[in-house]
Amino acid sequence: MKRGGFAAWWFRRGRFAASYAVLTVLAVTTLIPFLWMVLASFKPLAEVEALNPLPSAWHPENYLRVFQQIPFARYYFNSLFIAAWVTALQCLTSAMAAYAFARLRWRFRDHVFRLYLATLMIPGVVTMIPNYTLMVKLHLLDSYLGLIVPAAFSAFGTFLLRQFMLTIPPSLDEAAAMDGATPWQIFWDVIMPLSRAGLVTLAIFTFLGNYGSFFWPLVLIKSEHLRTLPIGMLYFDTIYGRQTNLIMAASVMNIIPLVILFVVAQKFIVRGIQLGAVKG
Amino acid sequence: MRGRREETWAALAFLAPNFLGFVVFTAGPVLFSLAVSFTNWNLQRTIPFQWVRLGNFADLLHDPNFWLYLVNTGYLMLGIPLSIAGSLFLAILLSQRLRGIVAYRTLFYLPTFTSGVAIMILWKALYNPEFGPINAALGWLADTLRVAITAPTWLLSTHNLLGLDVEQVRLTASQWGVGARDALIIMGIWIGIGGSNMLLYLAGISNIPTELVEAAQLDGAGNWSIFRHVTWPQLAPTTFFIVVMSFIGGLQGGFEQARVMTMGGPAGTTTTLAYYIYTKAFEEFQIGYASALSWILFSVIFVVTLINWRVGHRELSY
Repeated sequence: MKRGGFAAWWFRRGRFAASYAVLTVLAVTTLIPFLWMVLASFKPLAEVEALNPLPSAWHPENYLRVFQQIPFARYYFNSLFIAAWVTALQCLTSAMAAYAFARLRWRFRDHVFRLYLATLMIPGVVTMIPNYTLMVKLHLLDSYLGLIVPAAFSAFGTFLLRQFMLTIPPSLDEAAAMDGATPWQIFWDVIMPLSRAGLVTLAIFTFLGNYGSFFWPLVLIKSEHLRTLPIGMLYFDTIYGRQTNLIMAASVMNIIPLVILFVVAQKFIVRGIQLGAVKG
Repeated sequence: MRGRREETWAALAFLAPNFLGFVVFTAGPVLFSLAVSFTNWNLQRTIPFQWVRLGNFADLLHDPNFWLYLVNTGYLMLGIPLSIAGSLFLAILLSQRLRGIVAYRTLFYLPTFTSGVAIMILWKALYNPEFGPINAALGWLADTLRVAITAPTWLLSTHNLLGLDVEQVRLTASQWGVGARDALIIMGIWIGIGGSNMLLYLAGISNIPTELVEAAQLDGAGNWSIFRHVTWPQLAPTTFFIVVMSFIGGLQGGFEQARVMTMGGPAGTTTTLAYYIYTKAFEEFQIGYASALSWILFSVIFVVTLINWRVGHRELSY
């Protein structure tokens, strides 16, 4: 039986209305914690605990006070600096390895690649402890290098970019090789530009992962001036206790770069997640 | 054309930086960790170094905390099916051609994208039993409806919906209620429901051939029937992937929440295996014992992955 005319129209309208209603309820549930955070960050402390949603007077100076109480700018810089270095290095080393796996023929290639794949399953905690003792031995505790170097290599990044590079037609490198291009020239001038979408995706996720990285800086960093945002936030919350309004201001500032990144790069993020699905 | 040998040298040169890092920071540490798990290595050198063979593993079996924290980890993983079901529901809603749907999609992804220490500190404030807005709202609601409720103390409470006891693995009525673990589950669902799983489902739904849905509609199938007989079976590979990944994630999860929000408490009820390993390795410096623990975790993940793959391959290859 087919619904026709008015009934069909009404059925569709009714279903759409119900969908909007449910989506809106869920959207509000998603938004309320964020909204509370932003509002709390502009309130005087006494009002944070009151039930009235809006501050009686807005206090943007809460944000300034965060910078006065803790070296927040320094944390910001550390997080961005480390995440940027890790992202650049990881993209480069992953792309080079991916090129060797996807575009060059050599013995044992597939064996080595399978070894890489196998390690994707290993939980981080297994390698974290030996890596920590390695950092102790290399005197890299409490240093930028200790935060950057171990994160500069990624089996997952290699895997992701290899999948991308496999989709590039092999005739392109062959043509370049005929023209006398060296492998490096083929890699840099032909393959890298064509892998741009994959590189951007990897860059976003690497940056994201390292900007929010918690475990490694937590165990590695002892000095205050080397703390990253998550670690700085943790100590701010622990030591300065109940200054909820200032802590929320710091949280807002922590999240803002992420929101900007998300709005700018949404297309790549969605694609990256769907590509990551090939992983398993 | 270049020769085979030249190509091999080029490949080695390209691979070298990554492979070096791979050996030093992944492959090497895995082997090292396995070796260390058979020793009593302590970073503070309070006891002489010794090979204890399977000693750590035997100790683990008799470590009551290990079993308690294993149960905690399992309890927190009860949120996974809820979260996956929520993601599927949301994906179905968002797969409709509605005006403004992209804005909704973006919004729902926001908690996942921003998740981390800041979001956990936010939720810690939300859950504060005395000053937090959640209990304030509950109190207001109770006043308005003129009912008397005892609001949960959230992160400070050892209560849980199964009635798990505190210092022993057993059930007791006195622990029944809503507590810290439930609070973490609720937060986890809030963070994850519109995240990667939802996007994977969305992609899966868009890959369902429209003819299938149209044919079902022509046969007069209702929404539920279409979901049951078209959408759900078509999404089986996606669901399978999501379940496996969530399971693996859940087994090694809970560290950040515990460190930021509860310090594993109250009374160790939010300590997961991952957080236990952290405290053993980085607070008590028992590297050998912590490594053994991490290998137990790894073995479980390995077995689960293997079983899931077997089952998945059998059921999905129709």
